[in-house]
Amino acid sequence: MSTVLDPTSERSVAERARLDRPASLEGKIVGLLDISKPRGDVFLDRVEDGLRSRGAADVLRFAKPTYTKPAPVDLRHEIATKCDLIIEALAD
Amino acid sequence: MSLERPPLPDGIVAVVKRDCATCRLVEPVLQGMVGDGFHIYSQDDPTFPSDVDVVDDSDLIVSYHWDIETVPTLLRIVGGVETERIVGWKREEWEAFIGVDALGPDLPDWRPGCGSLSVDPTRTDELRARFSAAGLQSRRVDFADLEDEFEAMYDRGWSDGLPVIPPTEARVARMLEGTDRAAESVVTIVPPDLVECTVEKVAINAVMAGCLPEYLPVVLTALEAACTSEFNMHGLLATTFFSGPIVVVNGPIRTRIGMNDGVNALGQGNRANATIGRALQLVIRNVGGGKPGGVDRATMGSPGKLGWCFPEREEGSPLSPLSVARGLDAGVDAVTLFAGHGPQSIIDQKSRTAESLARTFAVCLRSVAHPKLCIKIDAMLVISPEHGRVLAEDGWDRARLEGRLAELLTLDADELVAGAGGITEGLPDGFAGMELPKFRDGGLLICHAGGSAGLFSAIIGGWVNGDEGSDPVTLAIT
Repeated sequence: MSTVLDPTSERSVAERARLDRPASLEGKIVGLLDISKPRGDVFLDRVEDGLRSRGAADVLRFAKPTYTKPAPVDLRHEIATKCDLIIEALAD
Repeated sequence: MSLERPPLPDGIVAVVKRDCATCRLVEPVLQGMVGDGFHIYSQDDPTFPSDVDVVDDSDLIVSYHWDIETVPTLLRIVGGVETERIVGWKREEWEAFIGVDALGPDLPDWRPGCGSLSVDPTRTDELRARFSAAGLQSRRVDFADLEDEFEAMYDRGWSDGLPVIPPTEARVARMLEGTDRAAESVVTIVPPDLVECTVEKVAINAVMAGCLPEYLPVVLTALEAACTSEFNMHGLLATTFFSGPIVVVNGPIRTRIGMNDGVNALGQGNRANATIGRALQLVIRNVGGGKPGGVDRATMGSPGKLGWCFPEREEGSPLSPLSVARGLDAGVDAVTLFAGHGPQSIIDQKSRTAESLARTFAVCLRSVAHPKLCIKIDAMLVISPEHGRVLAEDGWDRARLEGRLAELLTLDADELVAGAGGITEGLPDGFAGMELPKFRDGGLLICHAGGSAGLFSAIIGGWVNGDEGSDPVTLAIT
């Protein structure tokens, strides 16, 4: 971990701001990122059913090549450009 | 900015280290000087000198805060205050200092000391961070292990689009050594958020911009100049126009910090030129909160808004320095802030008389903003050494050139009114029949810069002047 001094007026939090949670799933495209642990897909199938029944316009499925490493940048870019929401699904 | 200096006992204090041949040489002398009024501090081994009481200074708190540069050092402390110090070994000096005769009769008369561990180049960053950075007030931001620190700074919006150097405690503490000002002192109020900006915040942004500590006084004074009501940094930031703050540096500091006033002076490639202006803009962005698309509403902007700073080439110039023309004494380090953009080129490879060249300058300067607009927009004319030579050969100085340009840039308002020349842009009809100056009094700033080859000069167009815009500001660097 490295530590730096804040160059700003410190009027806002140092952490990156998160996007607001959507009020509903209506019309949203939801991505499900499987981290590629065994049977994660079984769990995510149920999550997908639940999301569709709650109004999601579409549910797109993605998977990391391996759960041991962060998602590759191309995959993150694809998710960011295709989805309104993303759920990263940890299964074990 | 350092933590409080640890007190030393009255009497004589010796600071030594075992890893110093001179300290080992004088060990018998030190061993013989035991008593209430004598205190030994050891930097690397509390058992050295042997068989006497030694204070362990292996954390270097005493050595660092008492500015020990050499070992052995003898300090005389009276009432907690240093009154005298000697360094190295010189028998006569030690005898006089301690008031004892025949010290170390078997030793050579003289040996130089060794470097103190507190100024060891491999340890100074760590010591500075430990002792000096502890007093820094800014919020610490921790990056997670998986965050790339450069990407993390982009993500937080701290960059102007180019990479910035991580402002670690050690780097900021080192930067602050470039000024005598206290880290916590307020430099100015920075727009648009009107934030009190401390020297420390400027130092952080100067680190990020890539400045060396010796540039910091220029950055600090440039910021002070930019944040005056005359210069109007807020309006300059908010305008839809192209301009940004341009910093022109005069005085001996130009060469002392290695600025480039020669080949490519207005361009890239010199660290001081490139980073001083950038540091100013990063302060406006990060401390003031002024960002493109936020308060910065420039229609197109201009590349100089990344930061634009250059020194005047005072040597060999036919003109008095810009800072002198603007009221400061010659030889005073100074910045002049100008709200501008560009540059626009002037080519004149044939004029060999000052009169002909002045006419070229005038006809080109007329195009600033629009050939039919006048008075409300300033400009800077940067004359190259070869054009300067043409002026010098005819004996023209600043006053002569400025006077002639004012004559040549007196315009017939019939050509300037709306509709004249088939162009709707222009002055109201009421000005018809008058003669008007292209530039207001003092609205054309002339300086001298660039490489020795090239019969070119440059126009840096300005923004709206006066109360509704920006007036140039010149300040002595402090």
